[in-house]
Amino acid sequence: MSLVHAQGLTKTYRAGDVEVPAIRGIDFAIDQGALVAFIGPSGSGKSTLLNMIGCLDKPDGGQLRVLDTDVAALDRRAAADFRGRHIGFIFQDFNLIPVLSAAENVEYPLLMVQDWPPAKRRARVAELLEAVGLAEQAGKRPDQLSGGQKQRVAVARALATQPKLVLADEPTANLDHDTAYRIIALMRKMRDEFGTTFIFSTHDPKIVGEAEVVFSLEDGRLIPSAGGIHA
Amino acid sequence: MLKVVRLAARNLARYGRRTLLTAGLIILGIVAVLLFVSVSGSFKGLIVGQITDSMIGHLQVHRKGYVASIDNLPLNLNLKPGQVAKIEQALDGMADVVAWSPRVKFGAMFSNFTETTSVRLNGVIPERETAAMPMMIGRLVQGSAADGLVARGNVLIPEILAKGMKIKLGDTVVLVATNLDGSVNGKTFVVQGVLGDVTGPGGRDGYIHLDDARELLRMTDPEVSEIAVRLKDPGRLGQARTQLEQALSDIRNPEGQAALEVHTWEGLSPFANIAHMIDLLDLFIRIMLVGIVLISVMNVMIMSVYERIREIGTISAIGTPPRRILGLFLSEGLLLGLVGTVIGTIVSLALVYVLNLWPVHIAFARQQLVLAPSLAAADVLLIAGIVLAVAVLASLQPAWKAARMDPITALRHV
Repeated sequence: MSLVHAQGLTKTYRAGDVEVPAIRGIDFAIDQGALVAFIGPSGSGKSTLLNMIGCLDKPDGGQLRVLDTDVAALDRRAAADFRGRHIGFIFQDFNLIPVLSAAENVEYPLLMVQDWPPAKRRARVAELLEAVGLAEQAGKRPDQLSGGQKQRVAVARALATQPKLVLADEPTANLDHDTAYRIIALMRKMRDEFGTTFIFSTHDPKIVGEAEVVFSLEDGRLIPSAGGIHA
Repeated sequence: MLKVVRLAARNLARYGRRTLLTAGLIILGIVAVLLFVSVSGSFKGLIVGQITDSMIGHLQVHRKGYVASIDNLPLNLNLKPGQVAKIEQALDGMADVVAWSPRVKFGAMFSNFTETTSVRLNGVIPERETAAMPMMIGRLVQGSAADGLVARGNVLIPEILAKGMKIKLGDTVVLVATNLDGSVNGKTFVVQGVLGDVTGPGGRDGYIHLDDARELLRMTDPEVSEIAVRLKDPGRLGQARTQLEQALSDIRNPEGQAALEVHTWEGLSPFANIAHMIDLLDLFIRIMLVGIVLISVMNVMIMSVYERIREIGTISAIGTPPRRILGLFLSEGLLLGLVGTVIGTIVSLALVYVLNLWPVHIAFARQQLVLAPSLAAADVLLIAGIVLAVAVLASLQPAWKAARMDPITALRHV
């Protein structure tokens, strides 16, 4: 059974009277524990696709099943609950909460989304910060961290609730090449360590090679990929 | 819940200056309201206390029509002995009543043998009068009480009269009064004391013994003009009045109407209108406080939501339940109100304490009043409750907006 399964998936946005098709009937499947990249130029539909997989947006047509759940059928509250239990997110701009320290940012979903007990929370935060190499920076606030360190905190936060799936929309867009490479390597390490499926989008061809499965998108359609496997 | 409140506190601290300004505004509003409530309450209590405890009492019973023509002090509308007996029987059966004092009120000519003027007089039973008017003896600015208040053959005169006619204690004066049958009678009295003026009707009356009054007026029957009643708890004024009216309802005049009237002090003293005006001002200043808290907290919360749209998108995307986002922003508003309330109340209590250390003297009519403001726990709790409720109410719309925000739109916000 695939972790993510899409069939005939479509999504169209409306700008006034104009209809703009973002996803035009695509099929794909992603297995548990894969490190997957969606690549393509800006406007190709990568973010739209990730938003739909992450239950932040709903498809207009076709079928999208995540963890064997028809995500199109989830209402707002159920979608939030589903995300909180099964999906982690990494954002292009890190999106850490500025008033919280690195450790507290990692702790946030355990505290506010899943209600973990304090001792278990502290152990999990320490484990994750150690895993992303930021144990020494636990008490620092986001404005005291570099871009790469912020994204490491974001990776740790995304993994905090032990999700089956982590979605990262352009996670390296605001990082230099070396740091970007290290972040992708970290995602791979985390996948190996925790068995989590990582799906990221990028338009940077240099880091695409780090993915095990690559889907190329253009104008909302999947096209055969040059550097990876097109499932 | 505690974790949400902690995070809310941090978010407030994030915009420290704005939070301080808003809390400062709430503090200012609370201090203004509590100070006004305490000072106006002290002023009102002082005047009402004087009126009820030294002149009017809490309730008065008259014959029907007496109060309407009280300016003339009509002797033909006195309460008859049978009526007085029934009233006293009714008062005896009322648990709310502490004491009552029968009075004969009349107008007289007052002469010191060189000058003559008019004066309103009360004939009273001294011990009954002081039991019903415990502040009466305190009004003596010269002389002292004798035989409970005023001895037979003596008179207590108002200060304005003593000053105007240069009358001293021990002077002999003549009181001349017109009797019920139209004849005139005079009698000499010795000035036993001088009473300080108080605001309101009866505030410049003289007092003599009830038996002297009846002798002067050549009353054959033991009639009285009014009975002034003192209650245990002035807060039960309305209930006591109703109970007394019901008890006296079977006393009818020849036309079959109720022969007696029961009045509260509010119906007899013009100060009741000032007291109502103070209550109205009190209400207005509370409404202003509600406005201050509503606008300032709502303004801060709207700004807070607007500035944190991406953050709201993030916490929403990672699965924070909408109710928890709602709770987070409501907690921020509540905390703002709480900080303002706690500090505002402490500052108010401190200022009230200072006002008691250095009392404020104010002139009211011809009196010098010394205000002793105090704050009732009920007032403090009510104001605190209003502020906290309004702070939450003001946060509701921004918090609702945050909780309902579409995460994708929020994450795209620049």
